[in-house]
Amino acid sequence: MLYLTRRYRFSAAHRLYNDALTAEENARVYGKCANPYGHGHNYVLEIAVAGPLDPATGMVYDLAALDQLVQREVLERLDESYLNQQEDVFHHLVPTSENLCLAIFNLLSAEWPANGRFPQAKLHRVRVEETNSNFFEYEEPAHENSRKGK
Amino acid sequence: MMYVTRRVEFSASHFYHNLRLSPEENQRIFGKCNNPHGHGHNYVLDVTVAGEVDATTGMVIDVKELKKLLEREVLEIVDHRFLNKEVPAFATKIPTSENVAVQIWDWLAPKLARGKLYRIRLYETPDLFVDYYGA
Repeated sequence: MLYLTRRYRFSAAHRLYNDALTAEENARVYGKCANPYGHGHNYVLEIAVAGPLDPATGMVYDLAALDQLVQREVLERLDESYLNQQEDVFHHLVPTSENLCLAIFNLLSAEWPANGRFPQAKLHRVRVEETNSNFFEYEEPAHENSRKGK
Repeated sequence: MMYVTRRVEFSASHFYHNLRLSPEENQRIFGKCNNPHGHGHNYVLDVTVAGEVDATTGMVIDVKELKKLLEREVLEIVDHRFLNKEVPAFATKIPTSENVAVQIWDWLAPKLARGKLYRIRLYETPDLFVDYYGA
């Protein structure tokens, strides 16, 4: 198994605020991330694909196909947007970077193209850098056994 | 499973010397890292916590809280210190990056209020780092 990772960047605003909580609880849980007009980040997004090496091409996956998928499903929706308004993406969940990882994983896996040359290649991991100091990663449980070995 | 990583930096000095070995053996094993007045690094520490996303907050752990914990339990002890002489944990244990990573795990693991400590990654330089996943 080989792992191919491609890095993308997008910028977006969000506000961490849960309507089910009181204003005081939101302030306590989210601090300045709950400020009413939101704030933004330059997100770095890493998409990792896992698969066997295709002997004919020497590749794990088609990078151009991955770029198209990420562009269409993720970047065109989220880049330069206010994440709290992306109801189709977050389904009213608070757009923390944890939920952002999950949402991007779900968007990509739902549209993961049947690719004749790389039929076994799977979406392996979504990693989001919110700042230079905060990183968030989501992997499906079935992949976790291989995690430490990399 | 969701993995959340917080990065912090600290600067410290150390030298490698095993009291049970002769000066010649220390010099042979540790080379210039054995120089008695030590040398320093700008360490980069990545602490990863694993857990499920809380349905109410949308978070595994509050990264602001994690940062405070790292400042209190790690940085206040090691930042701008000569590890061999000023940090009791390294009075007898050689502060290699391996031993520092394990020590940081031992400091943090009992103090974590949410999630599970998953990995300590300690960069001694941008080109050299160690990973520890617990015993």
